[in-house]
Amino acid sequence: MELILKNTGVNRIFVDGRFSYNLIDMNVGLFIPCYIDQLYPQVGIATLELLEKHGVKVSYPANQTCCGQPMANSGFEHLAHNCNRNFINSFASFDYIVCPSGSCTLHIKEHLHDAKLEAEATEIRKRIFELTEFLTDVVGIQHLNARFPHKVGIHQSCHGLRGLHLAQMSELMAAPFSKPGQLLRQVQDLELISLDRKDECCGFGGTFSVFEEAVSVKMGQDRVADHVNHEAEYITGVDMSCLMHLDGILKRKKSPVKVIHIAEILNSK
Amino acid sequence: MYVQHKSHAQLAEQFNRDAKRVDWHDETLWLVRIKRDRAASQVAEWEQLREAASQIKNNVLSNLHDYLLQFEQHALANGIHVHWAADATEHNEIVHAIIRKHNINHIVKSKSMLTEECGLNEYLHGQDIEVIDTDLGERIVQLAKEPPSHIVLPCIHWKKEEIGELFHQHLGTPKGNADPQFLTAAARAHLREHFLAGKLAITGVNFAVAETGEVVVCTNEGNADLGVQLADVHIACMGIEKIIPQRKHLAIFLRLLARSATGQPITTYSSHFQKPREGQEMHIVLVDNGRSRRLASDDFRNVLKCIRCGACFNTCPVYRRSGGHSYHTAVAGPIGSILAPGLDTIYLLPLPCVGRAPMFAR
Amino acid sequence: MSSREKILAALKQNQPARQPLPDAHTGRTQPGNLKEKFIQALTDIGGKAVEAQGWKAIAAALREAFPAPAQIINTIPGLNSEFEILSSKFHPHDFRNVSPAILQGQFGVAENGAVWLTNEQMGDQALPYICEHLALIISQRDIIPTLHEAYDRISNSTYRLGAFIAGPSKTADIEQSLVLGAHGPKSLTVFILD
Ligand code: SF4
Repeated sequence: MELILKNTGVNRIFVDGRFSYNLIDMNVGLFIPCYIDQLYPQVGIATLELLEKHGVKVSYPANQTCCGQPMANSGFEHLAHNCNRNFINSFASFDYIVCPSGSCTLHIKEHLHDAKLEAEATEIRKRIFELTEFLTDVVGIQHLNARFPHKVGIHQSCHGLRGLHLAQMSELMAAPFSKPGQLLRQVQDLELISLDRKDECCGFGGTFSVFEEAVSVKMGQDRVADHVNHEAEYITGVDMSCLMHLDGILKRKKSPVKVIHIAEILNSK
Repeated sequence: MYVQHKSHAQLAEQFNRDAKRVDWHDETLWLVRIKRDRAASQVAEWEQLREAASQIKNNVLSNLHDYLLQFEQHALANGIHVHWAADATEHNEIVHAIIRKHNINHIVKSKSMLTEECGLNEYLHGQDIEVIDTDLGERIVQLAKEPPSHIVLPCIHWKKEEIGELFHQHLGTPKGNADPQFLTAAARAHLREHFLAGKLAITGVNFAVAETGEVVVCTNEGNADLGVQLADVHIACMGIEKIIPQRKHLAIFLRLLARSATGQPITTYSSHFQKPREGQEMHIVLVDNGRSRRLASDDFRNVLKCIRCGACFNTCPVYRRSGGHSYHTAVAGPIGSILAPGLDTIYLLPLPCVGRAPMFAR
Repeated sequence: MSSREKILAALKQNQPARQPLPDAHTGRTQPGNLKEKFIQALTDIGGKAVEAQGWKAIAAALREAFPAPAQIINTIPGLNSEFEILSSKFHPHDFRNVSPAILQGQFGVAENGAVWLTNEQMGDQALPYICEHLALIISQRDIIPTLHEAYDRISNSTYRLGAFIAGPSKTADIEQSLVLGAHGPKSLTVFILD
């Protein structure tokens, strides 16, 4: 059965029960969130290598900046117009935009608007994907050539979970799934641990961690404890920001447990 | 009304000084969430029920004007007095006028978040009328002169030893006895006296049926029923959004309510008051207090669909770790932060609630 | 303008475009063995189910569970026994020591263990709430699967008070410890007549 769908503006071909894409023709723009660029460049590099390894043609628009999420989330959306315009100018020409952060992806998906370039903004909102959903849903990866011989816990960041539906929310009475989990299960020698609370928030929440320090810290400590109690060596996830919060707590506790972005695991040999 | 001058962050910081207590609070509420999950998972059509409930509420909100008139017409025909209150003050005055007419200075009240919102207890207290909250949890916080910290579990922040001490002071139970069974028995005996002496009972309303003019009140303790059935006068106070169109819709809402709230398949008592008892006088007070304004807002209308099950409190990681008294509204917690009339920002509503709330079906 | 008119005018102006009513009967659970389900649900919520062959068996079971001098009050004409019949000589306050009051239920709901009755079956509306112990009697034929069927049966009947009673009065307000007998009956027994 063959069926052409145009819902993303790009031809998707439905063959044998799943989508397949002509990766050669796909023109992908890499969107690296500002804090990854500044603090965790290795995550950006891993993302690029991982995509290229799977035949995706990737470009990095050098003029990109912060997506404007911190302003918008604090009630200053009206001050983020220049960020939006810059984002559109940087990414309008791509078939897909891929980003190793659920939170920034969701911000663009839900809030990218521009009075003058609304048509372009609308296209971008449809074409932006978080890295793991791009790998599972667009590239359709079934087999990863990666090895990571460690016990790993997944932190399901809220924006990815609830906004992008990267995994099933535990409170819904519906079949479970997890896109990051699906990929991690393909990594050789990796042992996924289970948690008592599989999708509890870590308490980072961007500016929440600044304005609500006490609760934010407590939530982070509890999240770390769940992973530690189940003997995780690494905590991974799709959002380096949540992992940064957890890392701060781990370091203060002088814990040997480490955080690592999922792109680094999927790209490991 | 309870006025707080500290920010949520400051109050939460105070709450977090005792980490062990935060853990206990968090775990207790998390257990309630697990019970909810278990109960919901046993109903194959759970998500369909949520969706149907959400759609019924959409219909109600789009037709509230007519449904209220229909409800009023039937309630009047059933021999019930119907009052309309534009705001909290008018609500309190209406209730007070009824009490005064009967020359009563002692009343029993079962749980009603609306009367909390309106500050009825404080108002009546100022008129020298003694209000006894008869729900055990509410009585506990009333004795402690505190607002409830949770809409379904009003004293979830109290430890049994503290309740033992409170009862020792107020009810004369032996010092040091903190056995829940014993303390509940003591409260039962104490409140029985008030029930037997109560000439006027106030209740909240969980659902009001436009088609029949009846109001439905759900409790586990039976305190609403005892109060009403022993009193000469029953006043039921409700927000205007509590209307549902038809009696058969109760099936959907009652299947959701208790499972979402505590994981029970239904509350012990679901009482449908259609007509006053023979010889009894029954009043219903319909309260707006900002609701009609909320209705105009595309962004905030959905809060009027809330059935006050409390599920979002139990799942909210912030609420569990900051306690109900860190919020500044009559209804604490995540939903309370957006329910409060006049509050026009989504304040601290953490993401997990949205996917979970029975009413906020996607 | 009265508050009534003010509120109604505001609603008329502010309510959004009309939304349709959904089908209220979507997705009912398939019934299994209804009696078993009912007994399980009732037991889970702290009630007790007793299957009884006839009225005589019920009377005997009650007497055994509540030996004299327990005051047993009966509201059911069919239950021919030595139990005191409810009459107008009682003041509602008199019921506080009744162990148990015996009432006929109209039907039971398998999914939640609730029994439906109205003021007609209560005699005195205070009775089922103030008595120390409560006994309800339903027929096995009158166990239905879910609340949807329950409201089909209730239909548009009228009553002063219609009530689902599901188990004994209970509270968990003190540290979530379940205690039976908060304000109302400390126990509920449902007799299921063959
Ligand atoms: S918002 Fe939803 S979950 Fe929270 S109390 Fe209301 S109905 Fe329940």
